Amino acid sequence: MAILETQGLTYVYSEGSPFQKTAVDHVDLKIEEGEMVGVMGHTGSGKSTLIQHFNGLLKPTSGKVLLDGEDIWADKKNIRDVRFKVGLVFQYPEYQIFEETVFKDIAFGPKNMGLDEAEIKKRVLETAHDIGLGEELLERSPFELSGGQKRRVAIAGVMAMNPKVLILDEPTAGLDPAGRDKILSHIKAYHKRMKNTILIVSHSMEDIAGFADKILVMNKSKLFCYDDTEKVFARSEEIAEIGLDVPQITKVFIGLKKQGLDFGKDVYTVEYAKKLILKKLAEKGGAENC
Amino acid sequence: MSNIIEIKNLYFSYPSDEGSEPVEVLKGVDLTIKEGEFTAILGHNGSGKSTLAKHINGILVPTSGTVTVDGINTADEEKIYDLRCRAGMVFQNPDNQIVSSVVEEDVAFALENLGVPYEEMRRRVDEALKDVNMYDYRLHSPAQLSGGQKQRVAIAGIIAMKPKCIILDEPTAMLDPQGRREVMAVIKRMNRDHGITIVLITHYMDEAAQCGRVVVMDKGRVILDDTPRAVFSQVDKVKAIGLDVPQVTELAWELKKAGFDMPEDIITEEECVSGIMNLFN
Repeated sequence: MAILETQGLTYVYSEGSPFQKTAVDHVDLKIEEGEMVGVMGHTGSGKSTLIQHFNGLLKPTSGKVLLDGEDIWADKKNIRDVRFKVGLVFQYPEYQIFEETVFKDIAFGPKNMGLDEAEIKKRVLETAHDIGLGEELLERSPFELSGGQKRRVAIAGVMAMNPKVLILDEPTAGLDPAGRDKILSHIKAYHKRMKNTILIVSHSMEDIAGFADKILVMNKSKLFCYDDTEKVFARSEEIAEIGLDVPQITKVFIGLKKQGLDFGKDVYTVEYAKKLILKKLAEKGGAENC
Repeated sequence: MSNIIEIKNLYFSYPSDEGSEPVEVLKGVDLTIKEGEFTAILGHNGSGKSTLAKHINGILVPTSGTVTVDGINTADEEKIYDLRCRAGMVFQNPDNQIVSSVVEEDVAFALENLGVPYEEMRRRVDEALKDVNMYDYRLHSPAQLSGGQKQRVAIAGIIAMKPKCIILDEPTAMLDPQGRREVMAVIKRMNRDHGITIVLITHYMDEAAQCGRVVVMDKGRVILDDTPRAVFSQVDKVKAIGLDVPQVTELAWELKKAGFDMPEDIITEEECVSGIMNLFN
């Protein structure tokens, strides 16, 4: 069953004023449980507005958001529960750290859920391990840590609430390649252990290619597509047209196709590109030897 | 061409808290940049690249060694205004650099402080806004602009001062692909048409590949300094310090390693396509 579903979801900013803008326009979407989803879209495409509906930060102007099959706005009193079930990590979450120690900062969410001490400790230790923060850091002040470590503390704080759906808005923004790979691999490890649903907003198709089962693309307030990673990348030319970046390697394979060398596959990682080319070269070599 | 930036044996430590050792960030950097050059500085977080950049316009001064910009020693406090007119700096976060509530006033801010006469100021502000393609927005509020537009306004504020050199510290890190393209186009044009020396600090290898020269920093030292082609062809070395090479360079290197005849110094998509076509012909 779909864990998260939207039906005709529409959101209009400043309705009735001269600044009226429809940021999300009739979006119908079904996200299955356990999926790792990459969310893409140009700035202003509506993707941030969309994800803020998933945990009830915004209320639809019209249409519905269903979590586990239930309309999250059916009873307003339940919205607090929705926020425990759907965790949202904003961009640059390290600016939201405030506690005295790393442990306390990660424990803040679970504590608010009313969990007992033993459970809180267990969750903090587990998530700290998932996200790659050593136990020796837990009693330190988060403000003494490096930028990348701080960001991981902030992410762990939401992860420790064991949300059924975890949404991260550009978790790698501003990081160097090593920091970026580290965070993504830790999120993957967490996903493997929890088997929950994760949505990651990113501008980089290269990053998304590395982790996502499915990709959601927003364009001009509408859902451009939501489909398997390969199928979305197969539309790479269209995606480039709506102003998103297509991996360099994908462009190379589009170029090869134009010159008559068609691999019949869509390529978005160097590893896969190498495999395809070596295979084709072997076939060619074999043919010549006959 | 003469040297505009001369960095000699630069050491820098951030002052320590009581009781702890000072943290040495730059450990003997020697770097000379010629007038009109377009240089990228690469390095992972903590490599010292931003600290190095802040020495060029005197935000930081060396613990030891010297930094000279257009003949001015950056440690000379009396010449600090002079220095900052010649070397302008653009930072990562556009929201931290915009001070006025109207775009053109923001661009005029530094000129007003320098006491430039009104007519001259008007002319320079208009020119700078046209240079960055933001003239149509001159009466807008910066709050309503996109990140890429704000960053171009910040660049216009620097250009209006007619600097010889602009240092940009990850100017595109917080922008989306569209904003990145806009900002890169402006930087390249400033270099090409106005001959302004550019020092671009970046994490993006595709941006570095567009520069004339790439300097790679690691642990407070310069470890590579050459054309993008020559730097990126050292795939092992670049990867070993936690940086990426462009995907096309990596693919060429992988194919070469597998025993095929690919050029090592591929940095563009076109070169990669023709390299692969050659393997099949």
